[in-house]
Amino acid sequence: MVLVFAESHGGQFKKTALEAVTYGKKVAELLGTTCVALTLGTVKEAGELGRYGASRVLNVADTAYDQFDSQIVTAAIAEVAKNTEASVVILSHSSTGKSIAGRLSVRLNAGLISGVNSLPTANDAALRAKKSVFSGKAIAEYEITSAVKVLSLTGNAVKPESTGNAVSVEVISVGSVKGRIRVKSVKIQEGIVPLPEAEIVVSAGRGMKGPENWGMIEALATILGATTACSRPVADAHWRPHHEHVGQTGIAIRPNLYIAIGISGAIQHLAGVNNSKVIVVINKDTEAPFFKAADYGVVGDLFEVVPRLNEALKKFKGGQ
Amino acid sequence: MKLLVCISQTPDTTSKISFNADGTAFNAASVQFIMNPYDEWYALVRACELREALGGTVVALNVGPAANETTIRKSLAIGADEAVRIDCDPNGAAFVAKQIAEYARAENFDLIFFGKETIDHNGSEVGAMVAEHLELPYVSYASKLELNGTVATLERDIEGGVEIVEVDLPFVLSASKGMAEQRIPNMRGIMTARAKPLKEVAAVVFEENSKVVQFTLPPSKAGVKLVQPDNMDELVRLLHEEAKVI
Ligand SMILES: Cc1cc2nc3c(=O)[nH]c(=O)nc-3n(C[C@H](O)[C@H](O)[C@H](O)COP(=O)(O)OP(=O)(O)OC[C@H]3O[C@@H](n4cnc5c(N)ncnc54)[C@H](O)[C@@H]3O)c2cc1C
Ligand SMILES: Nc1ncnc2c1ncn2[C@@H]1O[C@H](COP(=O)(O)O)[C@@H](O)[C@H]1O
Repeated sequence: MVLVFAESHGGQFKKTALEAVTYGKKVAELLGTTCVALTLGTVKEAGELGRYGASRVLNVADTAYDQFDSQIVTAAIAEVAKNTEASVVILSHSSTGKSIAGRLSVRLNAGLISGVNSLPTANDAALRAKKSVFSGKAIAEYEITSAVKVLSLTGNAVKPESTGNAVSVEVISVGSVKGRIRVKSVKIQEGIVPLPEAEIVVSAGRGMKGPENWGMIEALATILGATTACSRPVADAHWRPHHEHVGQTGIAIRPNLYIAIGISGAIQHLAGVNNSKVIVVINKDTEAPFFKAADYGVVGDLFEVVPRLNEALKKFKGGQ
Repeated sequence: MKLLVCISQTPDTTSKISFNADGTAFNAASVQFIMNPYDEWYALVRACELREALGGTVVALNVGPAANETTIRKSLAIGADEAVRIDCDPNGAAFVAKQIAEYARAENFDLIFFGKETIDHNGSEVGAMVAEHLELPYVSYASKLELNGTVATLERDIEGGVEIVEVDLPFVLSASKGMAEQRIPNMRGIMTARAKPLKEVAAVVFEENSKVVQFTLPPSKAGVKLVQPDNMDELVRLLHEEAKVI
């Protein structure tokens, strides 16, 4: 059996949870078994996970899990994994998943492959899966042979597929453990898709000259329903907030589309974005290294190109 | 205050990554190795700042071969009081975590620092594993850490925002950008580092349960398709019809 831990935040599932269940179902098919989803704490409409491929949805309806503490979450997942005799446990490679995956592998005596980006292959007792390593500069295929296996799935690696039906939620309980982390507050930027989850990212660098010019970048992001990002010097100069900084020292992302405007494409920047499926580079310098990593390029002055792109996109969106 | 900082060594981001002919091993020759940036800039520096403010000892720990000593010495030059190397050639996160946990269990640290991830395997695994071995709370991706007596307040990066948490010592954390500012070792630091102790500890036996069987380089891009700057309709068309991303 494949057990998927479906993360919820404020009672809701994020796209990453739906991706994890979709992935879990495919892994279960590969292994000739079923996929069971586990949710912790207060969640709304958990049965909807059935649509993404969970044949059962379990919920530990204890409000202790409404605040995140990797220790108690790990204990709960491990207990359920043991009781249901799960052979594979799947998590999201998110801030939550990264806090749990290592713990869970120790607790279950399981091999772990974190940040997998495609379906595994399996033979006999071994399971192999690929992940991106060396900050996107290589791919490593890992093998685990332990009885129980833990995989965490990178965001945007699979598309959530809603092909089944909702199921009824089975409320279960596990041995209670007291968390030792006290969550004081959670501050989330309202109304924007967080960078690691965004499908389209519009990013700009020092070529913008100053923060006062970002209006056209925001306009472009709005037209595309994209999240905005920036290079490190832009965040360091406080032209843009720090949470927008992508790259080796900032956030690593893998959107479907990354549009880089006035960014040179230094290796430390590429380290965080080179897993994007399609890269568009707008830069006035033909020699900018970013063009080597790009799928589409526009050599030109961004102050002319971006407004034109915005017009073209508006026309396209209007005509759709 | 007894602080442990786990230090790993990784290839410099700018190094060219290559593998042996059948793709089973990383080609370490001609690669420049550095201290993993998150361990150095954020974890180690914050630990040193706390020691400077509150007194105590900062121990830098590396699980690895003798060749790592340059990196370990650097951690002493930056400000660690002593260094420990668990002598082995580690082959995975679970192995490393087991070594760290066995060492730390006997030493009763107040706080154990990790970097948010190593830039070679990008796993973010070891810190969580050690926390579980030691049954300690774990705060990952911490971008701020303040201590008030035995109570710590931390900010942790989560998708689209931050979470503010409080936890009592002892616990384990992984550090991300914001926790401290990079420190360049000065001459005095480098000189005093020579006199600081570097202890070598034997590794415990542990069977690694996850291994790399094949390395490959990502498929190279087909090459950039250039679009004329005055023809953005064409770019939109390509993104819609060819790339199918809008
Ligand atoms: C250890 C380390 C870690 C780092 N981590 C990161 C990281 O995580 N993220 C990151 O981004 N950087 C990081 N850096 C910095 C990185 O090396 C580069 O310095 C940085 O990415 C450059 O930012 P930029 O491209 O915005 O600026 P620049 O390199 O100054 O490039 C600006 C670009 O804009 C173009 N331009 C200028 N005017 C126009 C115009 N009118 N129209 C069109 N194009 C124009 C120029 O041709 C140029 O290519 C790191 C560096 C180090 C040493
Ligand atoms: N060989 C090692 N020796 C000491 N600490 C390590 C070692 N490998 C990893 N770490 C620590 O674990 C963190 C996370 O590593 P990883 O799980 O590989 O991403 C690093 O930032 C280091 O703090």
